[in-house]
Amino acid sequence: MSVTSENRANVSLPADDQILITREFDAPRELVFKAYTTPELVRRWWHANRGDITLCEIDLRVGGGWRYVMTARGGFEVGFHGEYREIVPNERIVSTEVFEGMPDAPALDTLTLTESDGRTTLSLLVQHSSRENRDAHINSGMEDGLQDAMELLEGVAVSLR
Amino acid sequence: MARAATTTDAFNAVAEPRRRQILDLLADGERPVNDLVELIGLAQPQVSKHLRVLREVGAVEVRDDGRRRLYRLNGPALKPIHDWVQGFEQLWSDRFDQLDSVLADLKQKEQGDVGDE
Repeated sequence: MSVTSENRANVSLPADDQILITREFDAPRELVFKAYTTPELVRRWWHANRGDITLCEIDLRVGGGWRYVMTARGGFEVGFHGEYREIVPNERIVSTEVFEGMPDAPALDTLTLTESDGRTTLSLLVQHSSRENRDAHINSGMEDGLQDAMELLEGVAVSLR
Repeated sequence: MARAATTTDAFNAVAEPRRRQILDLLADGERPVNDLVELIGLAQPQVSKHLRVLREVGAVEVRDDGRRRLYRLNGPALKPIHDWVQGFEQLWSDRFDQLDSVLADLKQKEQGDVGDE
């Protein structure tokens, strides 16, 4: 990790069918918006060190689509796509989000950026259609963690050969 | 992750919005039932019912203070929920740590551009 940060992402569950992710950034919101909506820049952070992004398409207009695909280190592919519903530059994006492994469970994402003293608070509210879908979404994060652990284990095993 | 589907499960206990409201109120400190009834705007029997569910999973604890019953939050009982969300939170933490680097570059470039003018 090249930047040490005391800013931790915070995840809370405000309602049965919601996930709220918040994080503060040491940058004005124009830059956060740019990093969030420019494919070349999204490619640099969205992977979360869990794989390689093989596709990142953003058609930033209401009715336009987005799609991100990553090959995770375990070799499996994960894809997400959606459609933009509302765009207020530098402030707010509402879009749908479909995890392609669970195509029947689309969520509605609301990204909000607020700035104070040159710092930006990002909040991403994920609205699912049911508690089950919300829970499955959170569980997918668990699997990522598990995958990481398996790979670490594999690395250790290989080094012991 | 497997989860018990009974009412004695912390997940179920906090799935109900009113019960989450009670937990939020108790997060500020110990409160008597009457306070909760007033703040939540439900009838006392309903509030008591929610408190009973929360007590069953250990999310709240109660003590008697003279004629008042005081309720308080018991954080450790809610730990399974925290643990469950943690893997997901880690994903976003890692993602946003990367975003920090991208932003640091963008800031530097912007300053560079200003300097070039």
